[in-house]
Amino acid sequence: MMSSTCGLVRVEGLLLLMSIFSKLTEASLSELSPQQYFSTLQPGKASLAYFCQTDSPSNSIFLEELKEAIRPLQDYGISVAKVNCVKEETSRYCGKEEDLMKAYLFRGNILLREFPTDTLFDVNAIVAHVLFALLFNEVKYITTLEDLQSIENTLKRKANMVFSYVKAIGTPEHRAVMEAAFVYGTTYQFALTTEITLLENIGSENIEHAHLYFFHCKLVLDLTEHCRRTLMEHPLTTLNIHIFVKMMEAPLLTEVAEDPQQVSTAHLQLGLPLVFIISQQATYKADRTTAEWVAWRLLGKAGVLLLLRDSLEVSIPERANVVFKRAEKDVPVEFLVFDDADSIVSHVKNNMYFEETQEDENEDMEGPDLDIQDDEVAETVYRDRKRHLPLELTVELTAETFNVTVMTSDSIVLFYAGWHAVSMAFLQSYIDVAIKLKGMSTLLLTRINCADWSDVCTKQNVTALPAVKMYKAGESPVSYAGMLGTKELLKFIQLNRISWPVNIASIQEAEKYLSGELYKDLFTYASVSVLGLFSPSMTTAKEDFVEAGNSLKGYVITGVYSENDVWRLSNKYTATLPALLLARPKEGKVESVPLASTQVQDVLRIIASALLETFPEITVENLPAYLKLQKPLLLWFSDGNINPQYRHTVLTLVKWKQLESVMPCWLNLNSTPVGREILKTYFGPLPPLPQLLLVNLHSGGQVYAFPSNQSVTEHNLLSWLKKLEVGLQNPITILSAQEWRPPLPAYDFLSMIDAAVPQHPSSKVPECPKETEVQSNEQQQEDKSTTRRQPIETLRIKHWNRNNVLKETEKSFQHEKEL
Amino acid sequence: MGLVAAHRGPAGLLLALALHLALCARPHRDYCVLGAGPAGLQMAAFLQQAGRDYAVFERESAPGSFFTRYPRHRKLISINKRHTGKANPEFNLRHDWNSLLSHDPRLLFRHYSQAYFPDAGDMVRYLRDFAHHLGLHVLYNTNITHVTLDKDPQAWNGHYFILTDQKGQAYQCSILLVATGLSVPKLVDFPGSEHLEGYESVSVDPEDFVGQNVLILGRGNSAFETAENILGVTNFVHMLSRSRVRLSWATHYVGDIRAINNGLLDTYQLKSLDGLLESDLEYLALVKDSKGKFHITLKYFLEENNSSQNADSIPLPQDDNDNFAMRVAYDRVIRCLGWKFDFSIFNQSLRLSSGNEFSKKYPLIKASYESKGSRGLFVLGTASHSVDYRKSAGGFIHGFRYTVRAVHRLLEHRYHGITWPSMEHPITQLTSSIIRRVNEASGLYQMFGVLADIILLKKVSCLYPHWPAKPSSGPRPSLLFLNLEHSCLRNATAFEYLEEFPMQMLAQLETLTGRMAHHGLFVISMEYGRNFSGPEKDVFFYDRSVGHTEDAWRSNFLHPVIYYYRHLPTEQEVRFRAAHWPLPRPAAIHHILEDFLTDWTAPVGHILPLRRFLENCLDTDLRSFYAESCFLFIFTRQKLPPFCQHGYLHMQGLASTESLQQHGVESRLLKSYAAMEDSSQGPGDHPLAPESLTQSLDSNKEEL
Repeated sequence: MMSSTCGLVRVEGLLLLMSIFSKLTEASLSELSPQQYFSTLQPGKASLAYFCQTDSPSNSIFLEELKEAIRPLQDYGISVAKVNCVKEETSRYCGKEEDLMKAYLFRGNILLREFPTDTLFDVNAIVAHVLFALLFNEVKYITTLEDLQSIENTLKRKANMVFSYVKAIGTPEHRAVMEAAFVYGTTYQFALTTEITLLENIGSENIEHAHLYFFHCKLVLDLTEHCRRTLMEHPLTTLNIHIFVKMMEAPLLTEVAEDPQQVSTAHLQLGLPLVFIISQQATYKADRTTAEWVAWRLLGKAGVLLLLRDSLEVSIPERANVVFKRAEKDVPVEFLVFDDADSIVSHVKNNMYFEETQEDENEDMEGPDLDIQDDEVAETVYRDRKRHLPLELTVELTAETFNVTVMTSDSIVLFYAGWHAVSMAFLQSYIDVAIKLKGMSTLLLTRINCADWSDVCTKQNVTALPAVKMYKAGESPVSYAGMLGTKELLKFIQLNRISWPVNIASIQEAEKYLSGELYKDLFTYASVSVLGLFSPSMTTAKEDFVEAGNSLKGYVITGVYSENDVWRLSNKYTATLPALLLARPKEGKVESVPLASTQVQDVLRIIASALLETFPEITVENLPAYLKLQKPLLLWFSDGNINPQYRHTVLTLVKWKQLESVMPCWLNLNSTPVGREILKTYFGPLPPLPQLLLVNLHSGGQVYAFPSNQSVTEHNLLSWLKKLEVGLQNPITILSAQEWRPPLPAYDFLSMIDAAVPQHPSSKVPECPKETEVQSNEQQQEDKSTTRRQPIETLRIKHWNRNNVLKETEKSFQHEKEL
Repeated sequence: MGLVAAHRGPAGLLLALALHLALCARPHRDYCVLGAGPAGLQMAAFLQQAGRDYAVFERESAPGSFFTRYPRHRKLISINKRHTGKANPEFNLRHDWNSLLSHDPRLLFRHYSQAYFPDAGDMVRYLRDFAHHLGLHVLYNTNITHVTLDKDPQAWNGHYFILTDQKGQAYQCSILLVATGLSVPKLVDFPGSEHLEGYESVSVDPEDFVGQNVLILGRGNSAFETAENILGVTNFVHMLSRSRVRLSWATHYVGDIRAINNGLLDTYQLKSLDGLLESDLEYLALVKDSKGKFHITLKYFLEENNSSQNADSIPLPQDDNDNFAMRVAYDRVIRCLGWKFDFSIFNQSLRLSSGNEFSKKYPLIKASYESKGSRGLFVLGTASHSVDYRKSAGGFIHGFRYTVRAVHRLLEHRYHGITWPSMEHPITQLTSSIIRRVNEASGLYQMFGVLADIILLKKVSCLYPHWPAKPSSGPRPSLLFLNLEHSCLRNATAFEYLEEFPMQMLAQLETLTGRMAHHGLFVISMEYGRNFSGPEKDVFFYDRSVGHTEDAWRSNFLHPVIYYYRHLPTEQEVRFRAAHWPLPRPAAIHHILEDFLTDWTAPVGHILPLRRFLENCLDTDLRSFYAESCFLFIFTRQKLPPFCQHGYLHMQGLASTESLQQHGVESRLLKSYAAMEDSSQGPGDHPLAPESLTQSLDSNKEEL
């Protein structure tokens, strides 16, 4: 019955174990009369009482310690009281003399033990003695080796044992053992000794310290053999014993088949590293034996797991046979190669030692791993290197075949290099284009590896990789200048099927052209077409437009009309010649743009700005075009399509010319999911959508949010923009103005070389990053410093000279010796 | 030029006439090349290509006359490697030691010989075709016997070089390019040296050596080649020279003993009768006895005894020292001591002097190959080897074909205002430009430690070039400033790439090339490990190769080294650089880890550390990014990394593909933004598995 109540308390105790030392609030010591005290005693409950005479100040030190012990004892369900022996009530526990006052431990109203106050010399002693008395059955006090062996024998195949040696009863170590016994006493047999000879007899070293062993008696198969035992190597504290016992409970060896980075066991949570022994089907048995051996050696120091390589999805370096995972979070696992199991054990021990002793230096000594790829393109291309690409869909050219191919057939050539990551990333898009065009295009898709044929690439004026050029008979090659992606390149190829600008022959054809009926299939790639209108006499203007259209081929659909009846079109679309008509067939819209200047450059610019929409959906592809306007973006983040009402509002304001200073646009989070990351940067958690922001990308980087409590009306929007302009609103965030500095340092080979050649005279020269600072400091100083620097320089030269002379004499000396 | 000025001058007809006569007497050439050997023809090819006024003077009736006689045993020891497994013609020149540089792929030596060590006759044929196919202007049978200097303030350098041939015909040259090689056999003078046979005339028929005792003086490839030829028929061959034998595979110097010639070393060490001896030839004397056999003795023995004595009574070392090594009598003593430059035709006014003790056989020149004595006189080819004697390949075809090109580029700049050819690139291409060159450039590879590529950093404002000018009409919006390109000026934004510049002339780079180095520079050269090679070093020691990137500076085999300077070093700094450093101390240095395949393209082993080095020198981020990342940076950062500035902002962003995106998420370098909505409630930024990615995409669609 007693043990069951204790068990209940124990659960509590376990939870409280960790917090025992952190509680600072001092409990008050209840002062009772003997009668009061005995009336509070509950059956089965333990209580410690100190009986003392009133008004006696002599034992104040003990009382202080007793006060401290209240909280820890309470955690074990033991109440503490000070009983004042008043004259009226006499109790047999009230001693006759002041110095004979004692503390008494009761369970219920049964006296268990009486303690002279000098045995309870401090809080540790109080707790240790009290628990020792209460756990009399669970913790066996032994004095001889025979005692130990007899307990061991009774436990074999049944239970494990925790055996500890402490120097004396009532020491902090004793208390720690007792507290552990309180928690684990029903699970394990505890044995305790204060006899140093016993410790010597079982072959311990460093016997001046307290020791704790875990006896693995449950595992014993043959009753004649001793229980295997594990020594706890850390100092005996409550926490350490707790961790140690936890480790003894954990399975000796676990088999896993998942990414070591993701594996977590009790060991990690307790701050111990994990050791994965990599195994494969063929060597499984042997590996398991090794792993078990290692596990025993590392018991209590690290967790040991058997990692099955065959069923693993992540790749592990081929040669590695051990993975070491440190307890610290976010430290990548280490892949190691060991020749024997001993070195695994010593590696773990050494690394643990490191953590304990060099924690402060560690950060300086082991910087980030410079060999970990942090270039997203290089890393993704590298990881994808083994995937088979249908390269056969494109023709691989060589120096021999290049000229013949591009001269005999219309072809597009990708210039790339096998080692160039950006090239290889784009090669994938290029192959995608080839897949999409398979059997559909007369254009030959080809590629040439400039790592092999660099002379060809140089001859073709390819100075940067990757490059795409289109070769057509009778035309000079055209370089592709668009985005390096499937969609854009496909558009370029498709639009290049026709030689732009097309000559429109009649009004009817012009109407068909503007409505999108002509070249219908091309409007899946382009949404806008441009028609230049010229009267027959405007020959130079027309020529310039043709040249502009020609240079836009592959990007813009252009046509030209200059028949006698061109006035019909100019009248219809209210255009003054020369003019451009801009048609968006999908929206059924045609607008006219006057050609103020007919210089090629101006025409190009007019077309480029005419192609921009007034309220576009911003995408990864088109953002740069709108950035060129250098206006702050008035940007709706929308989960799906933009609310038509917002569109209406914006278009109204644009019509009123009220939005000249900003670029209104919207972003569809579904088609441009990176928008979520942007919002996260601005707000933290995702804000309610849609969200209207003004993002000042070009100066200051302020981001303003339209108040969520206002509705988006013309008036509200305008007054908000006004407030922004005069600075009445606070930005929700300001974009980081951080420079793009090197992500990681480089190996400092210069220092390494200096270190290897200690007599090198110039090791005092400031290091790479510091020199600029030094110089700027020096500039502030007077001329003195420069004159002072001079001798050092000359000295250095002299030193070098002397070195050289020495070397030379050495050399000639050697010559003489040889003769 | 002087002539035109005189015609116009008022001085009159007489002077003009006199000048005219003088001119007729000696035709003028801007460039005169002495010698139609490999170096002379190589220079002629460059001059021809540049359309310069030049002539080559050759005393024989065909090019490459040296090779019609030498090597005596006809086997060239320059490698003719016809297969490398690579198509890159520039790379393949790394292993072609015989071809000259030209644009004609037919003029590659591989078409002239199948042999790995080709016959000298093939070289003669090759040089003849080279001169013929390129139509080089060579004056054959014109033996220049005298060269002198004629001061003239109108001349490019203040003087003309006057060349006189065997017929007394004079030629006037603005620039003199001496490519006469080393043509004079090196002699040795000691009592009895008149009994020596020379390499240039000794019989090459082994039959003539049957059963003879042979002593060879010299320890070069000609000596070993001679020994190799007769090893099998002689009683024994002894070789005697001042210095100990140097093996080229230990020194990396192709002028030392090549393994192909070391048969005698093999038999010596395998206890045959052949052997090597070291002694200074100047202390020796050779005595011919009555039977016509030769005895070695010491010079001072002869001096002590008045030499009028009978040959047989001359004291010999073995008289006192009865185990003297060379006590045996020799049937033949052959001199194979190499060649030296022919100084005899140059007038003193040219001040063309010989080099120091160690390079006496060469004329004294600067690292720019220009004579120290007279401006406008350049030494090319084998005769220019003093620049890198015993270090690199400048004395051999596979080396000097590049130094000749460097000289030509210097001439083009100095006399024609054509700056050293270079390519300008945005800074984003820095890493790949270097990687490309170190993997294919043959000039850097062959002329390691002598020629280096130079990268000159530039700072150009990177305003978006295609952006339309801001509309001038209307009030300027107050929120609007231009800021995105602001960061450009902090760091170098572009660079010029110059190929194969003579490293030792680094301080004079600006004047020699016409390119400016205002914002710092990189120098890219190839080097062997500092303490790796040398005579008597064991180059096969265990652990000789380095495998970890942090140990790259210890690399032993030829590997690229990159020096970074904030300012162009001064002449002082170059001259007083530390011992064993090819250049002054840089601000930072990088070694690209040696590679067994000389393929420096490993993403993590070679490219990544190089990028980190460049980034830290430039204080910038040189990573590449997908368009989506650039898009994110535009909205979340005020500044953009260079890759986004140069690519994405110019509408040339790099799109990702599905599979790459997935790898990016797995590597945690990229995020799966589409999946973010779900994970945004949780604390983690950790990417989700691809399945959940597609799921969330689907659920998004449903919500629409």
